[in-house]
Amino acid sequence: MWKNIAKEAWRQTLLVAKFLSILHISSTYVCSSILVYGPSMLPTLNMSGDVLLVEHLSKRFGKLVPGDIVVVRSPLNPNKSVTKRILAVEGDPVTFLVEPRQHHQHGYHSLVVPKGHVWIQGDNMYASADSRHFGPVPYGLIKGRAFCRVCFLSSLLLLISEYF
Amino acid sequence: MSSRKFLWDVSRKFFTVGLIGLTVSDRYVSIFPVRGASMSPTLNPGTSSHDDHVLVEKFCLQKYNFKRGDVVVFCSPTNHKEKHIKRITGLAGEWFAPTYLYDAVRIPEGHCWVEGENLANSTDSRSFGPIPLGLIQGRATHVIWPPQRVGKINRRVPEGSRLPSF
Repeated sequence: MWKNIAKEAWRQTLLVAKFLSILHISSTYVCSSILVYGPSMLPTLNMSGDVLLVEHLSKRFGKLVPGDIVVVRSPLNPNKSVTKRILAVEGDPVTFLVEPRQHHQHGYHSLVVPKGHVWIQGDNMYASADSRHFGPVPYGLIKGRAFCRVCFLSSLLLLISEYF
Repeated sequence: MSSRKFLWDVSRKFFTVGLIGLTVSDRYVSIFPVRGASMSPTLNPGTSSHDDHVLVEKFCLQKYNFKRGDVVVFCSPTNHKEKHIKRITGLAGEWFAPTYLYDAVRIPEGHCWVEGENLANSTDSRSFGPIPLGLIQGRATHVIWPPQRVGKINRRVPEGSRLPSF
């Protein structure tokens, strides 16, 4: 009797553990979703918030190329993630303006992206904290490549407010 | 027919164990083999022919609260496929004046300074600079293999390199 109950409990626990593991593995290694907001990727992404699908396979196989939008753990605060576009990979030369508003000849800097690093920048160069401020970021900080926008948060909120 | 069913059962068990094992090693604890002598004498002191294996806990990754002296495993900033194990000797915002540099450096926000114990034989922040905390994969707490070396890894703070904070 007790043996049967214990067996059943063990079976159920195992089932739950398996389910949670599959969730974890699919979100860490295959695909996950993320909510991004802020002005730094205007006009590609909305300021008020977008839900993006992020895939983790091309990071693992080293298939990231310049032009991809990536989610990166911020080098200044490991608890935060930032979404930027890769502009250059290791070995590429980059030239950039730290303060694009003050347009003069001395504002330009150029460097070669060091080994194992990528150069990331937001699409909105006027309101983005990116590699122009903290330098090239190590490849290991990249979490994944955003490949699909699921919805605008603002339209979702609109729908919800209409519903109520 | 029964052998086929047996095979199916066994493969299903392996699959389950693999799934749960991978999740646990990603989120909670994992085992990391130490290669090379960069952390000797704390790890791989050269007394036994086997490499040390350490237990790495990952709970510290929820808050990224590290202290000076912690031994951490991190992705190399120059090659994301390599993992290194070193000791944190400086945290963000500290001024740092190592004896081998002629200048004091300030560790930027969200970064830390890592060094091996065996300074003559270690690739660390002295060559690639401070590393972002986001690269850290976990904190080594115990040596678990080989059996004669089992024990806790102590937090030890190297003396004399840090300046008082300004």
